[in-house]
Amino acid sequence: MNGQSRVILHALASHWWRNPLQLVTFLAGLALATALWSGVQAINSEARASYDAAAATLGEGQFDQIVARDGGRIPQSDFVALRRSGWLVSPVVDDRRSGIRLVGLEPLSTPGGLPDLELDPDAPLQGFLAGDILFANAETAELLAAETWSQALQISLAPGVAPGIALGDIGVVQRVLGRDDLDRLLVAPDQPRRRAPLSEVAPGLELQASLQRSDLGQMTDSFHLNLTAFGLLSFAVGIFIVHGAIGLAFEQRRGTMRTLRSLGVSLRRLTLLVAVELMALALIGATLGIILGYVVAAALLPDVAATLRGLYGANITGTLNLRADWWLSGLAIALLGTGVAMADKLWQVARMPLLASARPRAWAQATARGRLFQIGLAAVFFILAAALALYGDGLLSGFALQGALLIGAALALPALLHAALSFTEARAKTVTVQWFWADTRQQVPGLSLALMALLLAVSANIGVSTMVSSFRLTFIEFLDQRLASELYVNVASPEDSARLEQALMRHADEVLPLLSQPARAADMPIDLDGIRVGDTYRDNWRFLAAMPDAWNKVASGEALIANEQFARRAGLWIGDPVTVSGLPALPMAAVMADYGNPRGQIVVSETVFRQSAPDAVPRSFGARTADVPGLMRALQDETGLSEAAFINQATIKDFSLGVFERTFTVTAALNVLTLTVAGFALLMSLLTLADLRIPQLAPVWAAGLTRRDLGRMELLRALALATCVFVLALPLGLALAWTLLAIVNVEAFGWQLPMFLFPADYARLGLLALLAAGLAALWPALKLMRVSPHRLLKVFADER
Amino acid sequence: MVLKLNAIAKSYAGAGRAIPVLKGVDLDMSPGATLALTGESGSGKSTLLHIAAGLEPPDSGQVIVDGQDLSKMDDSGRAMMRRGTLAVVFQQFNLIPSLTVSHNIAFQARLAGKEDATYNEHLCDRLGLAAHLDKYPETLSGGQQQRVAIARALAARPRLLLADEPTGNLDESTAAEVLSSMMDLVQESQAALLIVTHSESVAQRMAQRLHLTGGTLT
Repeated sequence: MNGQSRVILHALASHWWRNPLQLVTFLAGLALATALWSGVQAINSEARASYDAAAATLGEGQFDQIVARDGGRIPQSDFVALRRSGWLVSPVVDDRRSGIRLVGLEPLSTPGGLPDLELDPDAPLQGFLAGDILFANAETAELLAAETWSQALQISLAPGVAPGIALGDIGVVQRVLGRDDLDRLLVAPDQPRRRAPLSEVAPGLELQASLQRSDLGQMTDSFHLNLTAFGLLSFAVGIFIVHGAIGLAFEQRRGTMRTLRSLGVSLRRLTLLVAVELMALALIGATLGIILGYVVAAALLPDVAATLRGLYGANITGTLNLRADWWLSGLAIALLGTGVAMADKLWQVARMPLLASARPRAWAQATARGRLFQIGLAAVFFILAAALALYGDGLLSGFALQGALLIGAALALPALLHAALSFTEARAKTVTVQWFWADTRQQVPGLSLALMALLLAVSANIGVSTMVSSFRLTFIEFLDQRLASELYVNVASPEDSARLEQALMRHADEVLPLLSQPARAADMPIDLDGIRVGDTYRDNWRFLAAMPDAWNKVASGEALIANEQFARRAGLWIGDPVTVSGLPALPMAAVMADYGNPRGQIVVSETVFRQSAPDAVPRSFGARTADVPGLMRALQDETGLSEAAFINQATIKDFSLGVFERTFTVTAALNVLTLTVAGFALLMSLLTLADLRIPQLAPVWAAGLTRRDLGRMELLRALALATCVFVLALPLGLALAWTLLAIVNVEAFGWQLPMFLFPADYARLGLLALLAAGLAALWPALKLMRVSPHRLLKVFADER
Repeated sequence: MVLKLNAIAKSYAGAGRAIPVLKGVDLDMSPGATLALTGESGSGKSTLLHIAAGLEPPDSGQVIVDGQDLSKMDDSGRAMMRRGTLAVVFQQFNLIPSLTVSHNIAFQARLAGKEDATYNEHLCDRLGLAAHLDKYPETLSGGQQQRVAIARALAARPRLLLADEPTGNLDESTAAEVLSSMMDLVQESQAALLIVTHSESVAQRMAQRLHLTGGTLT
């Protein structure tokens, strides 16, 4: 850089040293926008990395597996029989001890080889089999070290092992667990042609195709969808704030740039140096944002991890790693946003007359024609949204519908505000109030970008909050239905089952045995459940759709109940006949909600179930009672069952509620962050307009309003505009929630969530939006209250 | 010649037709010359000065400053001329608000690569700015701000100084003081001075005086 460029950069940068608060605002705006985006990306990226590690560790999703038909363990003899009959299978033990998942693999036969355990590349097997070794990441290794049973083991650090899992040779893991059987067999992709059928060699086992099993990534996608929606919307809000910040930097230095040009700085050099200066600032802002995003993500990650563990049993690490994909995306967003906003402003500088006196920006002076054009464009987007809602198909179309709705609403906002403010202006009783509304209307074009950002932030919050709250309410109701019994008891053997049922008959108010076995229907694997239809089911279960007298038909064995996932995937609905393997075709009497379960499920009466599996024994019982501890004691005394066999319904519900409270912590934190960013966008715009306001306000001041009055009105104006924006954001947010629940969710996961309204939540969001707008307007308003009369008088002096 | 204008023409777009402001203006200025350009409001005096400074292009004609034809230069070339060969003093001062007085004064000379700290000191002494060097423009009076603008223009030792109503924003006695200082320093540096003014007293102090009316000089 030569001396001249240094002199010019010094002149440009001196603005920031003279106005440090503006520099802080500018950097804080950029940093917040980047933080929100990169924070959400960090959480998603960390979770996905954990799933990938889990899949790599366990071979999940990659290979077919052989499992026991009854969901239990596989005897070692079955494995030996399969190997002898030509099956290339590899045994896996997968069990928990002290909350840690212990996975034992047979290193020679594991298809795909061992996961990345940082072993000596020349002799990996020797490393794996060198002794009683368990491989785990640092977090799990710490947990292992605290256990007495692991003291004799050697723990080897392997960051590639998924969180919460310790991996070792199958013999070592079996010794640790005190077992000699297996949990599943991994099936190598290339099998010999001549091998005996599985049903002949091991009739108690079944083959599960890799794609049919529940995939952790898919199950948790609904949660990440929420986060990604937040990420995308925060990106949109972030772009607005970057635009506002860049606009402010240009507007405040418009005079300086003109002077530089008149003193002999060429346009090319000025443009280049301004770009260099702003990109350098964007880099600083983005770096701060990434650090802030890391802090936000690190603070939220334990809650997100707990939520995912509670909802889906998915283990993700509770600590955050600095992954290039999210911090680079944060950097790219900040620089790209700055570049786009800057290109527009540099274009304005290039066209700026060298000699014209300072005049308000063109974009601050909207014309009726411009408004009409925007409304026309908004109408096009709304029509597109309606067409997508009616005829759209697929997840992409759901997201396109949301995009069209948001863009349409943002484009329509200035015209709607103009109309609303004209309406109130016409009804004003006093001249001051009339001026207030007219002046507010005049500010709309200058503030429109920031108000659009606020509209997007508030509506996104309403949409996502409605979705999360609807999910919570539905899920709790669902738990109330499905966990209607006060106590659940699990047993391991048929003998225990018979003894328990007899004891329950004596002590419980109602006994609900739960029969279950894998089956097939409509060419897909399902879970077939047999229930004893009684008052509990009739009173508690609510259906999404049902034929009249559904329970009686199910109880008499004339019909069955299907979960929503099965009904939608099979394309069957109420009244359609369903053929389940081993049973005659029965009409579908009802469709039940079954949230979070990826598998199809069919419920029949106990009698019908026994037609398919005459020897089946219930391994789980629900019991109705008013005295849970009393019943537990009585059952333990009579059957000798351990405490671990009992599950108190209240405990499950408390746990589920706890999970949702954590989800809310995440949502609430993101709500506050997006509104803060939107508040910053508004602050930027208000500061940008501040200098233009002086000539507009000076005549009113001269006419008799005090500076304090004017400052107060500035504050009121921001609140009035935020109120208008909130009123418009409410239907938009609800429309967004509807698309998330009724379109995106169905396309992504196969089930629809009912939508509930939460007026108290919306009122709180409205207050938050007003608070953000009020805080944003406070500084400009205070500045106005303190503006010197000399400065106001200069407006008239300059007009000579 | 320091400045030579040949057949300069300029018109502005009016309501549906072009309104001619300058109709073939010719002008010559040699080193050390002082010239007052007067005329009614809207007669085109400032436009002529802006054309001479390379701030605005003429529709036709030739602008030669210190032997170089501005009309044949691109934006960078004209910027280079404004940096080192000529300087402009505006009615509105056009100081950089975020730089101190000393930085403002040195700014143009630094751009031109001609900074001379001793000469800057001399200018500040002569213009009575020595006590204000660390202040920011907003804290100075109008007369002081215009003195800073003059010092900034002269610090680059231009061959031609163009001043557009330099005392237009000042009271009568301050205007007289500022003008005297400027005249003395211009004489000292042997630069040519073209001043656009409405003021009869300012015009009288220049060696030559031209009146712009109907788009031509008389």
